[in-house]
Amino acid sequence: MGNHTRFDFEHNVTGALADDQLRKNLRNAMDILVDKRRAVFPDSEYLEQLRSAGNAIKRRALKQLPRLLEQLEANCTKNGIQVHWAEDTNEANRIVLDIMHRHDAPAIVKGKSMVSEEMHLNHFLDEQGIEAVETDLGEFIIQLNHETPSHIIVPAIHKNKDEVAAIFHDKIPDTPYTEDVEELTAIARRVLRKRFAAAKVGLSGVNFAIAETGTLLLVENEGNGRMCTTVPEVHVAVMGLEKVIEKLSDVPPLLQLLTGSATGQVITTYVNMISSPRKSEEKDGPKEVHLVILDNGRSRMLADPEFRQTLLCIRCGTCLNHCPVYVRIGGHAYGHVYPGPIGKILTPQMEGLDRAGVLATASSLCGACGEVCPVKIPIPDLIRRLRNESYDQDGSAVVAGSGYKKNVAETLVWKGWELANRLPVLNEMGTRLAGKVGKRMPKVGPLKKWTRVRTSPKVARTSLHERARNERVKDE
Amino acid sequence: MSSHNSARDRILARLHASGTEQTTVSEAPPPPALSLDREAKIERLAALMTAMRTDVHIVDSNSWIDRLKELALEKGWKRLLYGPGAPIGSVIETAWASDTEGLPELVAYIGPVENFKEDLFQIDAGITSVRAGVAETGAVVLWPTPNEPRLMSLVPPVHVAVLDADTIYNSLAEMMAVERWADGMPTNALLISGPSKTADIEFTLVFGVHGPKELVLLIRK
Repeated sequence: MGNHTRFDFEHNVTGALADDQLRKNLRNAMDILVDKRRAVFPDSEYLEQLRSAGNAIKRRALKQLPRLLEQLEANCTKNGIQVHWAEDTNEANRIVLDIMHRHDAPAIVKGKSMVSEEMHLNHFLDEQGIEAVETDLGEFIIQLNHETPSHIIVPAIHKNKDEVAAIFHDKIPDTPYTEDVEELTAIARRVLRKRFAAAKVGLSGVNFAIAETGTLLLVENEGNGRMCTTVPEVHVAVMGLEKVIEKLSDVPPLLQLLTGSATGQVITTYVNMISSPRKSEEKDGPKEVHLVILDNGRSRMLADPEFRQTLLCIRCGTCLNHCPVYVRIGGHAYGHVYPGPIGKILTPQMEGLDRAGVLATASSLCGACGEVCPVKIPIPDLIRRLRNESYDQDGSAVVAGSGYKKNVAETLVWKGWELANRLPVLNEMGTRLAGKVGKRMPKVGPLKKWTRVRTSPKVARTSLHERARNERVKDE
Repeated sequence: MSSHNSARDRILARLHASGTEQTTVSEAPPPPALSLDREAKIERLAALMTAMRTDVHIVDSNSWIDRLKELALEKGWKRLLYGPGAPIGSVIETAWASDTEGLPELVAYIGPVENFKEDLFQIDAGITSVRAGVAETGAVVLWPTPNEPRLMSLVPPVHVAVLDADTIYNSLAEMMAVERWADGMPTNALLISGPSKTADIEFTLVFGVHGPKELVLLIRK
C-alpha cells in the first residue's frame, strides 16, 4: 500500500471503464458538483476577478514561503502549539507515532486529511498496533470496506446507497440492512460519537495556516473535524508546507473559492480556526496541539518556476469534477492518493516520472481543469511539460525519473521527423511516399495500439506543396 | 528534537535556495464587497441561514427569553446546557427561577470537561451567545470563552445561538478588519452557518451527522 513501484494503469482503466455501476455513480455525482459550482458562481466576471485574487494571494505566499513558514512556526510556538517538521512521509508518521506513544493512546480519531492519506498514516499506525478511526462519513464508509478515497472531497462518491447499506450491514455489528440515507447517517453518528468521547488523540488536516497569527483554519460540514480537534486531549494537525498563507485578510477570498469550487457552497457549515491549545482558565479543548509540516517533495517543486505552480493548489477537487477522464474512470484507477488532473501533475513530481509518469498521459488536454481551477494553475501546460520530461530529449528535465520513456527507436523517429522538416528534399520525398503508401500502412506495433480506439490518419494523395504548384497558386 | 530541527533546517535551506523569493508577484484585488444597511443585513443572514435549515427567530431584545421558554416547551428539551458566567446565563437563571413548569432542567457548564464528559454527551440542548454575524454568507461567529466553552455548540443535538442584530457585519473580511482580528486570535474562532450536515452518500443531504442536528438562532433586535 505504501509503495507504488508498479501499478498497471492500463489494467485499472480498462477495469473502470467496464464497470457500469461505477460509471453511473460517477457521472451522476460529477454532474451535480459541476452544476452546484456553476450555480454558486453565476457571474463569470466576478468569478474571474476572484480567481485572479486567489492566484495572486497564493503566489505571494509562495514567493515568501520560507519566511512565512518561519513566521507561522514562531507564532504557533508563541501560542503554545508545538511545531514539527518532516522531510518525508516516514518522518511525519514517526512524529505522529511518538505523540501517540507519549500519551499511551491505543486509537486516534481522524478528520478528513489528504496529507494523512499521502502519509499512508492509517496503514503505518495499524502496523504499530494503533487503530486509526476515520470519522468523515465518506471516509468512514470506505475504511469499513478497506478502500482508499476515490475523490479528494467526496471520498466515497463511487459508492451508491445500496452499496453503503451492504457495507454497514456486514461490517458494523447488529446493524439491520437499510438503504435509507438518514438511517445510514444515524448509524455512523451513533458509532462514531462513542469513539469521539473515548479518544485521547485527534488528527486533522489544515486548509489554510495563517502565518500572521499562527492560526490553523479548517472547513467542514459534518462537525467531525471539530470533534477531532476539540474533544480529545491532544490534537495533531498535519499539513503540506504549501498550506501557509501570509495574513488573515487573505482568508475570505480563498475561503470563498475553496467552498464554491469544492461543493458549490457559499460557506461550509463550519469554519474552524484554531490558534492555541486550551488555556488555563478554559474548560475544554485539547491540552496539547501539534502541527506537523510536511515537505515530501514540495520544496523540490518550488525550485522550478513552472512546476512551482503545483503548490498553488488549495485541494478543492473541482479539476476532478470537470475532467472527462476522471468522470469515466474514477479515482481508484489512478492508483495513487491524488487522482484526476491535480494528481497527474502532483504524483509524478512526488514519486518520480519513472514510477508515476504514466498518469500524465491520461489527459485529452481539453483544458477544462485549467479553466476551472480557482487559483489558476495551468494544469494542461504542466501535463505537457511532464510529458516532455518523460522523454527529456534535450537533457534539461528537472523532475526525478525523467527521460524514462526515452528510447532509441523513438529518438530516431523524431530525429528523422526533424530532419524531414528541415531539409526540403527529404520533406518532398517523405510527403510523396506518405501519399503513396499512407493508406496501406501496416497496423502493427504502436500504430495498431494507436488506431484501436482512434481513427487512423487519412493521408492526402498529394501534398499541399504539390497542389499549390499544380494549381499555380502564387505567393506561396 | 535534534533530528526534527535538522529536517527543519534542510527544508528551509532548500526553500531559500529555490529562487522563489526573487520572483515578482502582482496583486489582484478581490471583487468589491457587499454593503448593506442594518435591515438588509438581518434579512440576508436570516434568509441564508434558513436556507441551510437553521430555525431563525427574530425577537425583541427584551423578550428573547420568553421566546426561548416557548421553544423549550414546544420542542420538549429535557436538559439545557448553559454557561452561568455569561451575560445570557444570568438572564436564563432568573427566568428559570420564577417558573420551571415543563421547562428543561438547566445544566451549568462549570468544571473542566474531564469531570463531565460522559454527561455532556447525554444532554439534548445547549445555548450560547455569539460574537457576531456575517450577512454575505449567512453565518454566526463564535469565540468560545471560559464561560461558554467550545463543546457547548458542538456536542448537544440542539444548539441555540443568541445573536444581537447590531453585531451583524457585511462580510467576514469587514469583521476581521473592524475587530482587528490580526492583533490577536482566541484559542478557537468559529463560523457556523447551520446544523451539521453531510451529502457523502449519493449527495443526499442529511442534517445532524456529527454535530448538532438542529440550530436555533435567536436574533435580538
